Amino acid sequence: MIHTDKITKQFGKVLAVDSLSLDVREGEVFGFLGPNGAGKTTTVRMLTSLIGITRGSAAVAGFEVGRQDTDIRRTVGVLTETPGLYDNLSAEINLRIFAELQEVKDVKGQVEKYLKMLGLWERRLDAAGTFSKGMKQKLAIARALLHEPRILFLDEPTAALDPEASHLVREFIAELKKEGRTIFLCTHNLDEADRLCDRVGVFKTRLLVLDTPANLRKSTFGRKVVVHLRTVNESLAGGLRQLPYVREVKIVESKLVITLDDPERQNPEMIRTLVNAGAEVVFIGELRHSLEDVYLQLVKNA
Amino acid sequence: MDKIRTIIRKEWLEVFQNKLVIFTVIFLPLMMAAIPLGILYGMKETIPASAQAVSSEALPKEMAALCPSTLSTGDCMKVFIVNEFMILFMIIPVAIPGAIAGYSVVGEKTTRSLEPLLATPITTFELLTGKCLAAVIPAVLATFGAFGIFAVGAALILANPALLSVILDFRWLLAVFAVGPLLAFLAVTFALMVSSRVNDPRVAEQISMVIIVPVMAGFFGQISGLFILNKEIILVTAVVMLVLDVVMFYLATKVFQRESILTRWR
Repeated sequence: MIHTDKITKQFGKVLAVDSLSLDVREGEVFGFLGPNGAGKTTTVRMLTSLIGITRGSAAVAGFEVGRQDTDIRRTVGVLTETPGLYDNLSAEINLRIFAELQEVKDVKGQVEKYLKMLGLWERRLDAAGTFSKGMKQKLAIARALLHEPRILFLDEPTAALDPEASHLVREFIAELKKEGRTIFLCTHNLDEADRLCDRVGVFKTRLLVLDTPANLRKSTFGRKVVVHLRTVNESLAGGLRQLPYVREVKIVESKLVITLDDPERQNPEMIRTLVNAGAEVVFIGELRHSLEDVYLQLVKNA
Repeated sequence: MDKIRTIIRKEWLEVFQNKLVIFTVIFLPLMMAAIPLGILYGMKETIPASAQAVSSEALPKEMAALCPSTLSTGDCMKVFIVNEFMILFMIIPVAIPGAIAGYSVVGEKTTRSLEPLLATPITTFELLTGKCLAAVIPAVLATFGAFGIFAVGAALILANPALLSVILDFRWLLAVFAVGPLLAFLAVTFALMVSSRVNDPRVAEQISMVIIVPVMAGFFGQISGLFILNKEIILVTAVVMLVLDVVMFYLATKVFQRESILTRWR
């Protein structure tokens, strides 16, 4: 649905996006992660035909960026970084204006549908400026959906929202995912990306990695098993290091942190070895690295 | 066309919530109509209509040229003095759009509503045409309204159809119904150009008002006797305005660079 081939954006001497190549599949939620100033918003603006591409080429829903811009704007929905609502106008008028500009056939019906879906129907006649941040964000999401776009670009949809509002927005994105829409999600919220995204790309002017969150954890840190023992000593760790599939063993307090390639297959023998060496195993679990750990590691190394 | 209509409606819904804009659209035209009417009323007493017909000996050449020979010298004086205020009806279409169009693009920049708007399939032509018309239409209607008040008022004050037909002759109609809208369009395109380049609505409004300077210069030029707004000057002005309007609208669409507007926000 979204294809980019070495797209580059340069503002004078500043290189904002460097040779970005990626493919986002239909129905996928793609997380685009990166620090402030990494070029995420610039990328969204290029892909939604708001700004031009300096070098490279891109296609969105089969339409070529730079040549079929109006078709792209008809096809995609964009939630910009800031809601950008007309604060003096009512929620309903805000949506009606955009429904008309998006060439929606049943303006009244679509406006009503999304106002109700996002819980804003009762406040439809109130000026958008009187809304809370969460309500404004919901209204902006409704605006992006009025024309039933196949592809949605969401730029920091939960930024500056309180936990409750963030939760509601995330739930709504999950609903959109179920509907089979393709979602390009720019976010700082790594927990959000972990929960919602099928794949994520970590980006800092250039694409650092692109994979599923699980694969990223594995490729960055390997898989780690934590074994809690009644007592721990260096000989138990040494015994494990003799096993060919054990990549690393660390002693942390009364625990052994063991890096394995395939814990599901290798755990039984590894535990047997420990028990045979006299260890009293209290508890065993997997040490899960958050996507945040992965992200910080990648950005630090970039 | 539908999108242009939507933009006009949106602009009006927003802009007419601003009391200052409403005040400008209503009060300024009323004031501009009241000034010449007051002068006409005053002259009714101070310059009595003499029986003496217009002659180039009794009046300066420029003054006499404005009046047919059937008019008395006193009435011709009235025609000449009221003629001085014709330019007031050209100030209205220049002054009103500044308040509306100055806010147009830069206002959207400051509220960050321009990016979602540009993400829709609207073309630059549709967007700018909508914004232009949203500012031009109220200005032109206000000008016509002011002229209507002036015409009715003049008819009541003068009670002299022959004099009235001279005061409200082709020059006035041309000035109000042709030059007025053309000036309004020029003012709006200029305001849009300014609005596309600055980041503060107040700065946009103030710079946009620069366009009123040549009109004011015309007003003072006429008062000081440098020239008289006759049919020829008004016709030439209309043609020049038409050319300028086309050039300025073209430039406005060129200046309105989606990319630089979005990326140079501060």
